Amino acid sequence: MNTIYILWLRELKRYTRSRSQIIASLGQPLLYLVALGFGLGPVFKRAGAGNYLQFVAPGVIGMSVLFSSIFSGLGLLWDRQFGFLKETLVAPVSRIQIMIGRTLGGSTVAVMQGLLVTVICLLAGFRPAHLAMVPLALVFMVMIALLFAALGMAIGSGLEDMQGFQLIMNFLVMPIFFLSGALFPLNGLPVILGYVTKADPLSYGIDGMRNVLLGHSAFDPRLDFAVLAVLACVLLVFGAHRFNKIEI
Amino acid sequence: MIHVQNLVKTFAAFTAVNDVSFDVAEGEIFAFLGPNGAGKTTTIKMLTTLLQPTSGSIRLDGLDPLTHQNQARQRFGIVFQDPSLDSELTAKENMEIHGVLYHVPHKVRKQRTEELLKLFELWERRDDQVKKFSGGMKRRLEIARGFLHTPRILFLDEPTLGLDPQSRNQLWTHVKKVNEAERVTVFLTTHYMDEADRVAHRIGVIDHGKLVAQGTPREIKDNTGTETLEDAFLKLTGSTIRDESADPAATMRQFAKMWRGGGR
Repeated sequence: MNTIYILWLRELKRYTRSRSQIIASLGQPLLYLVALGFGLGPVFKRAGAGNYLQFVAPGVIGMSVLFSSIFSGLGLLWDRQFGFLKETLVAPVSRIQIMIGRTLGGSTVAVMQGLLVTVICLLAGFRPAHLAMVPLALVFMVMIALLFAALGMAIGSGLEDMQGFQLIMNFLVMPIFFLSGALFPLNGLPVILGYVTKADPLSYGIDGMRNVLLGHSAFDPRLDFAVLAVLACVLLVFGAHRFNKIEI
Repeated sequence: MIHVQNLVKTFAAFTAVNDVSFDVAEGEIFAFLGPNGAGKTTTIKMLTTLLQPTSGSIRLDGLDPLTHQNQARQRFGIVFQDPSLDSELTAKENMEIHGVLYHVPHKVRKQRTEELLKLFELWERRDDQVKKFSGGMKRRLEIARGFLHTPRILFLDEPTLGLDPQSRNQLWTHVKKVNEAERVTVFLTTHYMDEADRVAHRIGVIDHGKLVAQGTPREIKDNTGTETLEDAFLKLTGSTIRDESADPAATMRQFAKMWRGGGR
């Protein structure tokens, strides 16, 4: 228990201490929000789809949670050779505790990042339909964070070099974001794209957030919740299994 | 304290460690020497439960690290070739995490952290983030941390790599002090022969996975008929240069060098 707590606390300390990094990591969501939110707004309105800033804000929040959580796991690559990971792996504690501590820490940080972006969205003019529903959005943020922190851990456990990292970045992380419906509505898509978006776990997270924040969505919120919960559990088990196999 | 018998490790077709046997007595400082790729790090990894031997047996303080992994881990400390500190955290916080991971009771942890940080001349800087430390200070902190849970054995894998002579000298003085005060057995690897000659009670020389010589520095020099340990080493292992193939770790080390401007 102590082990999990101290490793969780470590991730939190690392996050709160790197102020410049926090600010830097807010740049990208801000750019999406401003450039797309205001830039595509007029077109979106003309298409009769309403206010684009309102629409895209949950997508941008989801994006920041995705990036932050998946990177916490992929960071294993670096940490394994030059960091603290070795220190924990030779300690007389079980690997599963280390994995849980890191994953919880990484997810907590990702949720904090998501909340920061939420505040920025509110400042930029985003208005949730019901303020009372905002805590429910937090539930979805937590599930997105856990799911992708575990996925990152599973992949990061097997990564050997920087090229592998680039590959994952370009062929997994970016597609998960762009094909999730973070930036466009999921209804009325071309058939194949429709299937692809339905296979993307982030779609359900962002759809769920959209549902609780805006009151409309493409899927049933219960489906969103169920998909995320089941997948998060599966990936946590898979991540733990892969983490157990790390050799240094 | 360390008992190794007929230790073998093969990777696919390559035999990294080939039938190595040696003993290290309690309180002894044992230097494990060899050219690059001779099997030093592989041996340390097997001794410290990070790698499973293909065959042969290991006993640490009488324990088999394969069957009693956690008890064995509790009994040794290790300083890796590559840094393993969390540089965002302070010196004290790094010690604290180590203490928790090794189940050191809170009170003992505080007291020993203070003792060790004072001994290794880091107490004044205890609340500074490790990233502000020099290479020598980081190394000292890693070694202090390795001693925190009062291990019976300390493994040091090239601890002085990249340090200036002053830092190296100071580091060994500290290690010797703890070795004498707590009777900790020290198992080290280094490429600096003068260091091994000065610090180690006994030396093992490994080449191509085989142990080619063993004994006190005096014995090794006498047996090879040489004046210095460096000459003895060259006589034992030849003067051909061993180019390590660029494994992922080596490539990453190069990246790290570029990004951090060299210093460790």
